[in-house]
Amino acid sequence: MFYIHCPYCGELREEEEFHPKGQAHIARPADPASCSDEEWGDYLFFRDNPRGIHHELWVHAVGCRKFFNITRHTVTYEILETYKMGEQPRFTAEYPEGRPSRDRVEPAPLREGVRA
Amino acid sequence: MSQLNRLARGGRIDRSRKLSFTFNGKRYQGHAGDTLASALLANGVDIVNRSFKYSRPRGIVAAGAEEPNAVVQLGKTEAGQVPNVRATQQALFDGLEACSTNGWPNVQRDMMSLVGKLGGKFMPPGFYYKTFMAPASMWMTYEKVIRKSAGLGRSPMENDPDIYDHLHQHCDVLVVGAGPAGLAAALAAARSGARVILVDEQEQMGGSLLDTRELLDDKPADQWVAEALQELAGLDNVTLLPRTTANGYHDHHFVTLHERRTEHLAETAPLKDGRRQVRSRMHRVRAGRVVLATGAHERPLVYGNNDVPGNLLAGAVSTYVRRYGVVPGKRLVLSTSNDHAYRAALDWLENGCEVVAIADARANPDGELVEQARAQGIRIITGSAVIEAKGESRVSGARVAKVDLDGFRVAGAVETLDCDTIASSGGYSPVIHLASHTGGRPTWRDDILGFVPTLVKGVSAAGGAQGVYATGEVLTDGVAAGRQAAAEAGFEAASVSLPQVAARRDGAACALYQVPHEKPTLRAPKQFVDLQNDVTAAGIEVATREGFESIEHVKRYTAMGFGTDQGKLGNINGMAIAARLLGRSIPEVGTTVFRPNYTPVTFGAIVGRHCRELFDPERYTAMHQWHVEHGAEFEDVGQWKRPWYFPRQVDGKTESMFDAVARECRAVREAVGILDASTLGKIDIQGPDAREFLGRVYTNKWAKLAPGRVRYGLMCKDDGMVFDDGTTSCLGENHFLMTTTTGGAAGVLEWLELWHQTEWPELDVYFTSVTDHWATMTVTGPEARKLMSEVTDIDLDKEAFKFMDWREGSVAGVPARVFRISFTGELAYEINVQANYALHVWETLFAHGEKYGLTPYGTETMHVLRAEKGFIIAGQDTDGSVTPEDLGMHWAVGYDKPFSWIGQRALTRPDTARTDRKQLVGLKPRNAKVVLEEGAQIVFDPKHAIPMPMVGHVTSSYYSPTLDSGFALAVVKGGQQKMGETVYLPMADGQVHEAEIVSPIFLDPKGERQNV
Repeated sequence: MFYIHCPYCGELREEEEFHPKGQAHIARPADPASCSDEEWGDYLFFRDNPRGIHHELWVHAVGCRKFFNITRHTVTYEILETYKMGEQPRFTAEYPEGRPSRDRVEPAPLREGVRA
Repeated sequence: MSQLNRLARGGRIDRSRKLSFTFNGKRYQGHAGDTLASALLANGVDIVNRSFKYSRPRGIVAAGAEEPNAVVQLGKTEAGQVPNVRATQQALFDGLEACSTNGWPNVQRDMMSLVGKLGGKFMPPGFYYKTFMAPASMWMTYEKVIRKSAGLGRSPMENDPDIYDHLHQHCDVLVVGAGPAGLAAALAAARSGARVILVDEQEQMGGSLLDTRELLDDKPADQWVAEALQELAGLDNVTLLPRTTANGYHDHHFVTLHERRTEHLAETAPLKDGRRQVRSRMHRVRAGRVVLATGAHERPLVYGNNDVPGNLLAGAVSTYVRRYGVVPGKRLVLSTSNDHAYRAALDWLENGCEVVAIADARANPDGELVEQARAQGIRIITGSAVIEAKGESRVSGARVAKVDLDGFRVAGAVETLDCDTIASSGGYSPVIHLASHTGGRPTWRDDILGFVPTLVKGVSAAGGAQGVYATGEVLTDGVAAGRQAAAEAGFEAASVSLPQVAARRDGAACALYQVPHEKPTLRAPKQFVDLQNDVTAAGIEVATREGFESIEHVKRYTAMGFGTDQGKLGNINGMAIAARLLGRSIPEVGTTVFRPNYTPVTFGAIVGRHCRELFDPERYTAMHQWHVEHGAEFEDVGQWKRPWYFPRQVDGKTESMFDAVARECRAVREAVGILDASTLGKIDIQGPDAREFLGRVYTNKWAKLAPGRVRYGLMCKDDGMVFDDGTTSCLGENHFLMTTTTGGAAGVLEWLELWHQTEWPELDVYFTSVTDHWATMTVTGPEARKLMSEVTDIDLDKEAFKFMDWREGSVAGVPARVFRISFTGELAYEINVQANYALHVWETLFAHGEKYGLTPYGTETMHVLRAEKGFIIAGQDTDGSVTPEDLGMHWAVGYDKPFSWIGQRALTRPDTARTDRKQLVGLKPRNAKVVLEEGAQIVFDPKHAIPMPMVGHVTSSYYSPTLDSGFALAVVKGGQQKMGETVYLPMADGQVHEAEIVSPIFLDPKGERQNV
């Protein structure tokens, strides 16, 4: 059972309080209508299954109800970091020991929605 | 009954306290401090079981968790039955009753052994798979017979009277095992101030120090153990858990500890102050750091007839002699590959029994213990091993020969020695089970001839668990591990001065697993590898010959390591044999993976208090008590208890469900009924972007829904498949109330939050679950308006308060929201009031409703009524592969909404746009009396050869009292274009039902009844 640090609560809590929600950083295409069937199929159905570093979306379901991301090693199950929505991971397949701090990626700006 | 093998002195037993017990119906005596195994050996009981497959007599082999044979059924009473107890780990208590797990009519004369004798050749590995394969339909019959003859213990047939607890704990350092390494580690960590939990599975802490020959500071080792335990017990930051097994090591240092609190006292927990004590506790520990000080298991040698009672592990012999004061025989032959095992011969000799010889596989053994044995005049036969045991129900001799280890052959004449006990040792295997649980593949080390654990971050091994065996080094290793763990947990290291242990010079061990015999393995007497599962060296040879080369396949084919002992004794030997046969090294062959639990755990401890009424939380509505008082039968919907139907008492008899539902249906269609709909999910949605948000998550349009109006909505996933539906009401320009299915409430809220937080954080919108805050009662039927007019100040005029409107007002004097939505197809008012007032409102409605025939109805009637109208239940009529179009609900899809709402894009994918998808239709059975089975498969052509192409299935099916006919909803391929056609439903019993495809709306297709 995982021991997960909620980046919003700032505490380590038991896995029972959380729900996993699949791979992180799957952005919905901004204009679905312009996607080919293949592109839309990729977005809907295809996910990575890496042996090693994996970024996952979780929600603190019986805690603060915030969604956040986890960088987890799929072999050792070690959780390398948890980070808030909009932030980028420090540990990646490219930087398994952590990104050098000067390379820290700034959070992407919030996207303005298309009004119905 | 005399304890013929009991020594007059020595051991850690209390000779002044006699305990009587029965085994297989015979009474014996033992002492306080005995295990069941040591007491049986003291009484000279050789045969404790029959083997699993060949029914051979078996005796006690080991003294701890690794025991494969002495697996017994415990229990005097039916409720107290405990299956598969290792006699070596069961403390003796007065009145204990146990019997052998296998053996019919009894272990002394077992009928099945005949099969074993005759059938050795006829029961190769895979015997059951090969023999009982066909016909498949007979497997259940075979299985019963096989289980009876070969099965393990039985579970009790009565409820367990015992109480089990779960405890959740945190600690800085968890130390598993309280032998020399664990005690030293615990002392080091505890003195630094860390919160320490020290666990040990045995009755007493101390591990090998309880029976070692070595002195600590020139004193018996158990004195140091007592001092260490006394210090630890006096520290507030230390928890000592004896009789506790760390049985599972899970992710992130979550370790489950099974503490047995009363199993050493009685079969069910004794009463204390009139209350039953807790029998066992499962400690669920989240540890900062873990030290595995789990020691090592000795490996037996694999030689002919090595299963005959009287064959023991060398270390077990020492333990029985030194710890329990029992010498389990008179004349010993020891067969060994290492120095350490010589202790058994020395302990044996010192207690006045005869050591016939030591067969040492090494050419020139020269360690200190070897010298001691020589000095005592023990005959040492070098370069030799016991190749075969003689005897049937007890060892009567040992055949010893020179062995050529490299050539794997017997290299000289065979000498038969007269003896009654053979002790063997093939070296030691570190207990790596817990480390294996964390996923680390162990590493083979040639210098210690064993696997050592591969450890994840935050865990260390100390002492025997990582192949450090000399007592002095083990203590040092333990201190280092304890200091390091405490330091990593943020504590300053403390100093520990260790007792002096005289260093002992040990000679190098040699690698010996299976001992060669004069005959080839397949013809030699059986050489057992896994005693509990009757896996022999020959069996492994057959497996490798048949092409099973992966050790995981060998394991599954032969069943090696599958018993309740999980192959603690046999696995490494089996791997070594497979490696030799395959011409590979042991590390190349690798190991199988140990998984939780380390030793079996009783279900009670796993379940804890989460059983019976506490198994799962139950949710009640505000009117629950009324339902109970009015005789409702309940249905579980998620965790909710919903009234299913309300049977009446007619002439002293309880109305049948069929009659009750028919009556409730008629009441709604002809007068007025009331449903407790409080369990529907309710989500309060507010914010300037609430309307925009609804437009994105629902398939239909929300831009123009005015305050006071209600709309039905469908929710899809982005794959275009329906996953929930419900009505949403506009409470104000920026304020909506969404309803969801009862079971979908939590999931829908999470779904909304997911999209808001991850994709559209720029939308200013807020979600609050208000399911429990509002109670909902549906008043529905032609008389509903009359009844409502008596209890509310809301204008009920059909023009002022239309279908799909909602109004605020008071009902029964209570502030209420009333919604004119209908799930029955009749005129309906859904009254929402604060849950605390709901019972009052409900009762007021009944006070006024009697004259209108107000009838409470439950979920079953609700289902019949909604299905008559073709209203779907998401999750019953849909299954995650059904689009709004498949449901024929194009009217609820806003194809031209500007934002690409969730699910829209997928509707034009080629597969989603197929015209022959399974589509929702109604089914009218040709025989009106037939109520089709929900889930029944549908075919177009019942004469088609099997397998028939299946074209759909029944999703909802009921008897309709209004139609006086069975009717159903179903999904059928291309069904919307097949109205009037006939489909067939072949049933398991051979019947084939016929049904006509019709519209899913069976009643009032224009919706006139609800819109009045």
